[in-house]
Amino acid sequence: MTEPVLRVDGLRVGVEHGPVIVEEAAFTVRPGEVLGLVGESGSGKTTVAQALLGYTKPGLAIVSGSVNVAGQDIVGTDEKRLRGMRGRLISYVPQDPATSLNPSLRIGDQVREMLKAHDQDACPDERVQEILERVQLPGDSSFQRRFPHQLSGGQQQRLAIAVAVACEPPVIVLDEPTTGLDVVTQARILEEIARLQREISIALVYVSHDLAVVASIASRIAVMYAGRIVEDGPCEPVVTGPRHPYTLGLISSVPDHVVPRRLVGIPGVAVGVGNRPRGCAFAPRCSQAVPACEESIPDLVRIEEGHLVRCIRWQRTPVPQVDPRQEITRQLAAAPLLTVSELRAEYRTRSGPVVAAEGVSLTVAPGECVALVGESGSGKTTIARCIVCLHQPTAGQITLEGKDLPGLARRRSQDERRSIQIVFQNPYDSLNPRRSVEDAVSWPARSLRGLSEREANAEVAALLERVRLPERMARRFPGELSGGERQRVAIARALAAGPSLLVCDEVTSALDVSVQAAVLDLLADLRRKLDLAVLFITHDLGVVASIADRVLVLEKGLVCEQGTVGAILTAPQSDYTKRLVAAAPSLSIDGDGPRPVEAFGDPR
Amino acid sequence: MRWVRPWSTRIALGVLLFVLGIAFIGPYFAPYSTSALAGIPYSTPSGTFLLGNDYLGEDVLSRVLSGGRSVILFGALATVLAYLVGGAVGLVAGYSRTRLDSGLMRGMDILLAFPPILFLLLVATGAGANLVALVIAIAIIHVPSIARIVRTAAAETSVRGYVEAAVARGDRTRMILRREILPNIWGPIMADAGPRFTVSILLVAAVSFLGLGKAPPAADWALMISENRSGITINAWAVVVPALMIAALTVSINVIADSIAHSLGKSVDTEALRR
Repeated sequence: MTEPVLRVDGLRVGVEHGPVIVEEAAFTVRPGEVLGLVGESGSGKTTVAQALLGYTKPGLAIVSGSVNVAGQDIVGTDEKRLRGMRGRLISYVPQDPATSLNPSLRIGDQVREMLKAHDQDACPDERVQEILERVQLPGDSSFQRRFPHQLSGGQQQRLAIAVAVACEPPVIVLDEPTTGLDVVTQARILEEIARLQREISIALVYVSHDLAVVASIASRIAVMYAGRIVEDGPCEPVVTGPRHPYTLGLISSVPDHVVPRRLVGIPGVAVGVGNRPRGCAFAPRCSQAVPACEESIPDLVRIEEGHLVRCIRWQRTPVPQVDPRQEITRQLAAAPLLTVSELRAEYRTRSGPVVAAEGVSLTVAPGECVALVGESGSGKTTIARCIVCLHQPTAGQITLEGKDLPGLARRRSQDERRSIQIVFQNPYDSLNPRRSVEDAVSWPARSLRGLSEREANAEVAALLERVRLPERMARRFPGELSGGERQRVAIARALAAGPSLLVCDEVTSALDVSVQAAVLDLLADLRRKLDLAVLFITHDLGVVASIADRVLVLEKGLVCEQGTVGAILTAPQSDYTKRLVAAAPSLSIDGDGPRPVEAFGDPR
Repeated sequence: MRWVRPWSTRIALGVLLFVLGIAFIGPYFAPYSTSALAGIPYSTPSGTFLLGNDYLGEDVLSRVLSGGRSVILFGALATVLAYLVGGAVGLVAGYSRTRLDSGLMRGMDILLAFPPILFLLLVATGAGANLVALVIAIAIIHVPSIARIVRTAAAETSVRGYVEAAVARGDRTRMILRREILPNIWGPIMADAGPRFTVSILLVAAVSFLGLGKAPPAADWALMISENRSGITINAWAVVVPALMIAALTVSINVIADSIAHSLGKSVDTEALRR
């Protein structure tokens, strides 16, 4: 067995003279190995990733511990020497290539910069071309003369990876490299990374919040919670038989399109830096916690060769269960609730109208959940916006219970406006920061149902309970709430109007998986109890599998396929749907285990 | 009331209360009539005249105690009027973002092109020492820049999800502006209001200084600075004390407005950080 090329021991990063953010991070990575570092927002995974390069965000500092790359110490080395090591010994691919690439440098110069920084003065175009072609980018000189903004998101990320591997460092740290890319592009990037790692035998640290993506590429997985690694082991055992209850919770939260199942979220919210408990940080949310868990922080114990767990009751952690998805059975009414026919929507730009949706027809029956699926730019959000009057369609018809709906909100009757409510993607933007939860939730009842302020306020407690929030939340302001709590308030606000159709525009894509699972479970529950129809817009097929009855797949503004969720996911007909299904990552915990994602079709 | 927590704000509040107290309660404590020629012109402070006498021999202390009301009232009136008009224009322009927007804003640009002092002089020569005209003229000077600031803030806010949710609900435009947009642009408005009130007071003072505002023998801090400036070497108090009052007023208002703006901005900032 080869010697590890990256050794991290007792790494501790904290706020200068303040609380510790990352505690006792320790792991090793061998050449050709991929370590997946998984955790939800605030777990400290990016802090660890950056510390591997001897870097911390302003205000933070590496307090103690060691990072050793190919025999050279990173921690304790002065900034000048570190600069010489970064790129040559270890390099970093940040999350968003659109902001991390210098927009005023040509593609060829982006690569040359890296080579020049490490004294390779002779960098002819051929050398740059070779580096670009390594990540399947065209390397010819006309391509080298282009600027980053002329590339697609996927190409930008390839370029960032090309720059990172230019000097062939033994270790590369990838920080959420595919977050923000659509599934097909993500699959291609993942394939690229896997190929590079096979060909040049690099050690990779792959940081992500998405366990399904990590499982498809990593050979080992380290799960972080509240600044500590809570489980570390080979990919397969960690995914199929996690021993830490947090890992189990994460796995149960990941939606899966191969085996659609009921998602189970993790109760409670993650603890913040500075108010971590004395004992196990996960104990307050853990179903198998005992008083001893709150006494002291458990040690990372070895339970098998190479499998470490930080839990005193790891033997009791159950294996992941696959609860099949609860089907909502009801008699479909003969008449659809909402019909959209031959909808065409355009955006006006300087260079003429851009068609966002063309000839889109769909129906939603009362109580049904229809998913609109597509990549970014497929027009799915525009269709939702047309339905709720935020965009004026150029042609086509929208009807509610057989009656024509005008395109402008003020031409719709109060009852029509009441019947359709929307929940937006970004929970940080959808609540007015100056209005209390009570005010936000009670307002639609006043403006759309004509209730008095007192009557509307009296309903708030019941609405909050319906979205599983405690009554005391009513007096809070959005700034005091977490993302998941805000999204629940936004749902409660929509419910206050008493709608028969809820339009959900990517409502879970800004949330952590465990929170996403809880919100999806809530939506399923609401459908059952209120007989609510849902039009669910998403790019995530796993989410579709766990919530929708029927699916419409959109490609470039056109519906390319539609059918029941089972038919679309198991036997897709159109090439585009096949590509989407193949590219979606899956954990398949009861099947063959994690599978590598496929970039179906043309590799570019 | 987070904004009163910093010590600088508390001190500024104390100073402001003191100046307002002098301006509004002071007249009842004036030892002499403001227009009584009580002593020798420009005599220095003494037991009978605590701050000495001015260029006519009137009591400086009495005139300081009585001369704040007009400056503060006119400055405040002009500022409030300017915000009512400029704020309304900016809100409508920023929210609508249609032709109405460009129409309104080009109108504002035309107003902005007038040099303010020239404009004031024109109004003053036309309307004479008419105080209503003076207040309106100062308000008009402020309107275009207020409209621009409010428009930018409103345009930024009106693409937020909570505004779109209100549009989708079909809420009336008036309600959307009042409920969703206005409360979220108080921060920039308050940050802007402090210096603007200062400018209003200084404009009132400048107009008085030019002899177009309040006319002698009325007691007025701004007027006092102008009428006693020739005797500044003999009895400096007649100029320095009213000048200090104006300075204390404007500085304290700025400190308070800033800390209100800061506290309003804070809750929004922390949200941005959590993202």
